[in-house]
Amino acid sequence: MVNAVADVKPEELLIEIVHRLISGAKHVAVGANSPIPAAAAFLAQRLGNGRPYVSLQQSAKHNLFTDGGRELFDAAGQGRIDVFFLSGAQIDGQGNINLVAVGDYARPKARFPGSFGSAYLYFVVPRVILFRTEHSRRTLVPKVDFISAPGTSPPNVYRRGGPIALVTPLCHFAFDKQRSRFRLESVHPGHTVEEVLDNTGFDFDRPAAVAMTPEPAPATLRLLRETLAPELAALYPQFGARVFGIVPRAAE
Amino acid sequence: MAEILRPLDAALAVIEDSMSVVVPPDYGGVAMEATRALIRRGVKGLHLLTLPASSLQADLLIGAGALASIETSAVAIGELGTGPRFAAAATKGTLAIKDATCPALHAALQASEKGVPFMPLRGVIGSDLLKVRPDWKVVDNPFAENDPILLVPAIRPDVALFHAPFADRHGNVWVGRRRELFVMAHASAKTVVTVEEIREGNLLEDDTLAGSTLASFYVEAVAVAKNGTWPLRFGNLAAEDTAHLQEYMRLAQTEGGFRQYLDRYVHQRRAA
Repeated sequence: MVNAVADVKPEELLIEIVHRLISGAKHVAVGANSPIPAAAAFLAQRLGNGRPYVSLQQSAKHNLFTDGGRELFDAAGQGRIDVFFLSGAQIDGQGNINLVAVGDYARPKARFPGSFGSAYLYFVVPRVILFRTEHSRRTLVPKVDFISAPGTSPPNVYRRGGPIALVTPLCHFAFDKQRSRFRLESVHPGHTVEEVLDNTGFDFDRPAAVAMTPEPAPATLRLLRETLAPELAALYPQFGARVFGIVPRAAE
Repeated sequence: MAEILRPLDAALAVIEDSMSVVVPPDYGGVAMEATRALIRRGVKGLHLLTLPASSLQADLLIGAGALASIETSAVAIGELGTGPRFAAAATKGTLAIKDATCPALHAALQASEKGVPFMPLRGVIGSDLLKVRPDWKVVDNPFAENDPILLVPAIRPDVALFHAPFADRHGNVWVGRRRELFVMAHASAKTVVTVEEIREGNLLEDDTLAGSTLASFYVEAVAVAKNGTWPLRFGNLAAEDTAHLQEYMRLAQTEGGFRQYLDRYVHQRRAA
């Protein structure tokens, strides 16, 4: 077991978490520069005989939308997209995400790209998985400075979906929509609950005994490393080199 | 009537100071050669609308002082981070920024396309975008009880500007699967397009091409600009020049570095 833990790369662990979270989905849409969600979605597709559909914006073959940039949003508005991934410069304990600015909006201390489609997709996609590669009190805050998209809504506001989980390099939080709070679901091997507490700026719920994040099954790992890795490396060269040791071919 | 097919600078004469201009995101065919030409010309006071996000194009125009305002869902340089001149202008408060979300911009242009004054959109309620967008309104759905819904006003840009693979001499422009370019053109008063090449014949006579072709009655001017999206990707026809964008990110962290970039890559035409 100890050997197995050492053998599984952190990225592979995150892929497995996302793979479990998207179980049963019919259509998973993945934004740009999201190799871990893409890997998890392709893994589910391999194991699910071609389902879910997986839409990747940056690849001709994997971009299923042929009716312009609006089609993803229109399809999501109808409920045709089951899973999407979002992040935030700040994420707070109520599941609010901030992609805009830190400090006062009019004269911010730091400015980020912008809200993208979050203010819409967070409402209409049933399962939104939050991803944050920096787990710190700077990023996981008590209250975001700007709400690009709110974690929950009053009962009269139309809302099909929202956050179901927040995945970081330390742990997996589940989101409790009724309580509008995160609950610590599991801590990744090599990390501790104390470490999560020290580095998280918001309050969250946790069971008396917190589980360790389960590793991918050996067959899943083999499929990932032997079958999917080359395809992932073609789509995400830096990720392929770092995680699977696939060196990109010299510039064509 | 002026010729549709023109040299680049003559085509760009359609875009005058203080006009509103809508542009596509990196995957849609960004007219970068045209953008550099506009900066060389010293264009001023533009209101840039990005459908729905932008990268180097918006950041260059901001840094060059060509914009009065920007309406956008995001300005990020590929995957390398926030546009540095966009971030600098935001933190200094020197640029009017209308923050938006992607489907709201698509909806606002679709409203213009249909000639209706607004479009309803789900989501957004509870987002701070509503606090900074007084022009967006939440109303009660008139067809249901207790169902608040967002309305965004139609946007009719003066000009749509983009790059496409090819056009014919009549000004019909093939856009392929990038159909947001149709929406941009339909919604705008005028459309200016740069293309990789001109094809002989009439694209509308070939049914396999016609469905992906913007007809010339929307198009004011077409100019040939080879590798016109460089250093951005061009659909699946040309890859992004990541090394160049990394150099831009390094230089554009400071005002002085940005000036160096402009001198090197915009004011001195790059070698063909």
